[in-house]
Amino acid sequence: MGMTIAEKIIARAAGVEEAHAGNIYVVELDHLMSNDGTTHLTIDMYNKLKNKKIYDKSKLVWIMDHNVPCDSPKTAASQKKMRDFAREHGITFHEGDGICHELMIEKYVNPKELIFGADSHTCSYGELGAFGTGVGCTDYLYAMVTGKSWVLAPKTLRFNFTGALNKGVTARDLILTIIGRISANGANYKAMEFAGPGMKNLTMSDRICICNLCVEAGAKTALMEVDDIAKAYLKEHGREAADGFVSDPDAEFEKVYDIDLSEIVPVVAKPHFVDNVSPVEEVGEVAVNEAFLGSCNNGRIEDLRLGASIIKGKKVAEGVRFLVSPASRDIYDQAMSEGIIETFMEAGAIVVNPNCSVCWGSCQGVIGEGEVLISTGTRNFKGRAGDKNSFVYLGSAATVTASAIAGKIVRA
Amino acid sequence: MASFTGKVFVLGDDIDTDIIIPTEYLALKSIEDMRPYGFYPLRPELPSLIKSGDIIVAGSNFGCGSSREQAPEVIKALGVKCVVAKSFARIFYRNSINNGLLLIENSDIQDRIKEGDELTVEPGKELVLNGEAFRIGSLPDNLMDILNEGGLVNAMKKRNGVK
Amino acid sequence: MMGATLIEKIIRRNVHDDNVKAGDIVFVKPDRVMIHDIFIPFVADKFHEMGFKKVWDPDKVVIIYDHMVPSSQVDDTRHFRSGDAFAKEQGIEHIHRADGVCHQLMPELRYATPGDVVFGTDSHTVTYGGVGAFSTGIGYTEMAGILGTGELWIKVPETIRVNVNGKLPQGVTSKDVILTIIGDLTAAGATYKSMEFSGDTFDAMSVSERLTMANMTIEAGAKCGLFYADEKTAEFSGVPCDEAHGCFKDEGDGDYVQVLNYKAEDFVPVAACPSQVDKIRPISELKDIKIDQVFIGSCTNGRLEDLRAAAEILKGKHVAPYVKLIITPASRSIYIKAVQEGLMKIFNDAGAIIMNPGCGLCCGRSGGILTDGETVVATNNRNFLGRMGTNKVNIYLASPVTAAHSAVKGYVTNG
Repeated sequence: MGMTIAEKIIARAAGVEEAHAGNIYVVELDHLMSNDGTTHLTIDMYNKLKNKKIYDKSKLVWIMDHNVPCDSPKTAASQKKMRDFAREHGITFHEGDGICHELMIEKYVNPKELIFGADSHTCSYGELGAFGTGVGCTDYLYAMVTGKSWVLAPKTLRFNFTGALNKGVTARDLILTIIGRISANGANYKAMEFAGPGMKNLTMSDRICICNLCVEAGAKTALMEVDDIAKAYLKEHGREAADGFVSDPDAEFEKVYDIDLSEIVPVVAKPHFVDNVSPVEEVGEVAVNEAFLGSCNNGRIEDLRLGASIIKGKKVAEGVRFLVSPASRDIYDQAMSEGIIETFMEAGAIVVNPNCSVCWGSCQGVIGEGEVLISTGTRNFKGRAGDKNSFVYLGSAATVTASAIAGKIVRA
Repeated sequence: MASFTGKVFVLGDDIDTDIIIPTEYLALKSIEDMRPYGFYPLRPELPSLIKSGDIIVAGSNFGCGSSREQAPEVIKALGVKCVVAKSFARIFYRNSINNGLLLIENSDIQDRIKEGDELTVEPGKELVLNGEAFRIGSLPDNLMDILNEGGLVNAMKKRNGVK
Repeated sequence: MMGATLIEKIIRRNVHDDNVKAGDIVFVKPDRVMIHDIFIPFVADKFHEMGFKKVWDPDKVVIIYDHMVPSSQVDDTRHFRSGDAFAKEQGIEHIHRADGVCHQLMPELRYATPGDVVFGTDSHTVTYGGVGAFSTGIGYTEMAGILGTGELWIKVPETIRVNVNGKLPQGVTSKDVILTIIGDLTAAGATYKSMEFSGDTFDAMSVSERLTMANMTIEAGAKCGLFYADEKTAEFSGVPCDEAHGCFKDEGDGDYVQVLNYKAEDFVPVAACPSQVDKIRPISELKDIKIDQVFIGSCTNGRLEDLRAAAEILKGKHVAPYVKLIITPASRSIYIKAVQEGLMKIFNDAGAIIMNPGCGLCCGRSGGILTDGETVVATNNRNFLGRMGTNKVNIYLASPVTAAHSAVKGYVTNG
């Protein structure tokens, strides 16, 4: 019987010929990513183990990104624990280099790999043909100590793309539309696989954005075929342009969706769920206090270019706080060399260091009672960005930037 | 201002405004919310020990650092009736007067006093410790006026005819 | 006419009375006042509580958000909303919501110019002494009073004259000079007093270097720290260099309560050691002090010249492993120029964390908070207990040169 990409990766990681949805497999992990959101908890558990041993430290990548730079003594203590442990054990460690998922994609992820990350958006690695999934500290610790874990091979929802996005429409609008259509738990435990002739019209940045947000539909992971565009990215980033898996013609998909990219329009996800999606033009008059361009979903150079092209020569609306956070050090560098950082600064934006920033909602751009945020972040849950009585709308880099200029939610 | 007696808490030199109320807590909604963090970096237990009418005796340069007016306000909210120090930083000095917190400059008492002693204050005249009197100065008239009104807000209210 | 100190000259000009001298209590009319984000809600509340309706002169009021940019706690934005509402109600147009640290913006945007009398709700308001303005920090209640009345009583301070002549050795900055002076005076040594700087060493300094020094005079308790405005200042501030515009000549004939004389050649790179600003040691005596973090920024040392000095050292190098280097430019225009000059690229390549303009770590609310046992070399102005985290954080205050060298090496050093 044929296999999906997800099944093939699990079969490889389990060292078996075939793997099929619904079965549980013991697998060997290729990378184990952890960030400052939870690593200190993992270390606490590790320190209680009788036989303290890291199976293979070369698989571990630890990234400080959630509260960088540190915002409180309590966080500082947690981060010190993580930094000291990484140092003591020689674990690959980043601090201040950017958001974990962006760095993983830029530097570590390879096709066919199975990756655990102690962060829900670990599903971001599918555009490189890798199966990434988020786990809790306990699962993470077990994998860190044994190199192995178990996974339930997921069923796959297949999305066939045709056509191309219209001008002014982004991949962000596409994935939000998909989540709106299948709902916030529409892909629970499942893999979302994206393929079809429309894929060639999506850039790597578009693809990362799509895979990254799949967890908001409940997906375990997101996967794509490794085509020439993905291979070119791998090469550019100093890795082998290896082949990925392709689902067999007779692979079993739980459901197949055919999506014509040209039918997608700019949308926003309204408070307080990611699947509460509406065309931008139908949200009505919503004044914003803050706008955020950044995050692992939308903080790449393409997103910054898009925002900069809209704001160049204009100003942020009076009283609106417009925070811009490139997703990584390399992106910041590139944005500087293209004059993008200057453009944002001259427009009155607040350009902050690469980190999770407003999307994490605990150290930069925290919003107050009754305030409205329009964001390219990943979530709009109640209280996600600050006060429990605040409102987060999710939109594309274009919508966010245009809204920052207008002082209210508008289409670019 | 009538004389009063209070229990003494002893602090050292250069007690800065960040010790009196750290910046981390400055944006809390009210002085009452900040009160539990008074002297937090140095002696976090103080807010639970200080009772209304108590007195702080410190060394030189008390209140140095920032202009945060929460510093004298938190001290007042803790119940401290007055601060005796060898010297005060100037912004803190002004802020205290403007909030009706009595400050007394005296450099003789610090060597004789220990925490828990009872100190009697006769404003503008003397401090009395275990029967021994220490002379203190009085304030210029314009400052006494503000203190007697209970602070600058009240003085301005009076000026503007606000009840 | 009798001789006068610089503070006497400035106050005489303000009150139109040539007989004013140290010790007098006078009512001055501020040329400008500055309110920052942490205190704006309190100022607005007190203003209304006092029964005032209109600000005496909205054009003379500047509101600046800097301590809380970006907001890091749920209640922070309440301060912005309060400031916005007060500005709107009172017709205050000089409002800066994310343009940098107040004490950089005030001189940079020419809100504070030579001979001005300026009050601000922040202790480092003394900074504008760098452009020859009398400026000092006050509390929010007094600020509310000024907004209503347009005046404030002050006692004309006595003056400590600081003479420095000669050429500073290579690698010694104005930060080292002011730290050394504070060490000699002690943290309370200039309490209630004006410090007045004179000598060819200061003549040779840029306005930025003078602002650094004036900024820190509060750490000796001073009411103000004044430099005579010269041609450089006049150009910086956009005024003609004459007495009518507040650029007074240094005649050296004032009545000084204390005179300190230094030879520039004697200064060495120093640091203020934990946790007193006046605990000054030469860097050469600080051996084997491993560091966890370096902070370059603040109203003391976050200017373009400071970033240039740091970049020169960091060019082609990388921050030591596990050490964080946080760069926080003092203003938006400095940030933009630092990008244009390639300084930000040097910092980014070196592994620095580059923040938005603002107070950043210096005010201890975000921007690189530390924990027990950690050590930081910082270019700002205060190393008080608990200023940047817990009370077991060690803060060394030093120049951007020392900070940059330390970041590369991972321990306190100046080369």
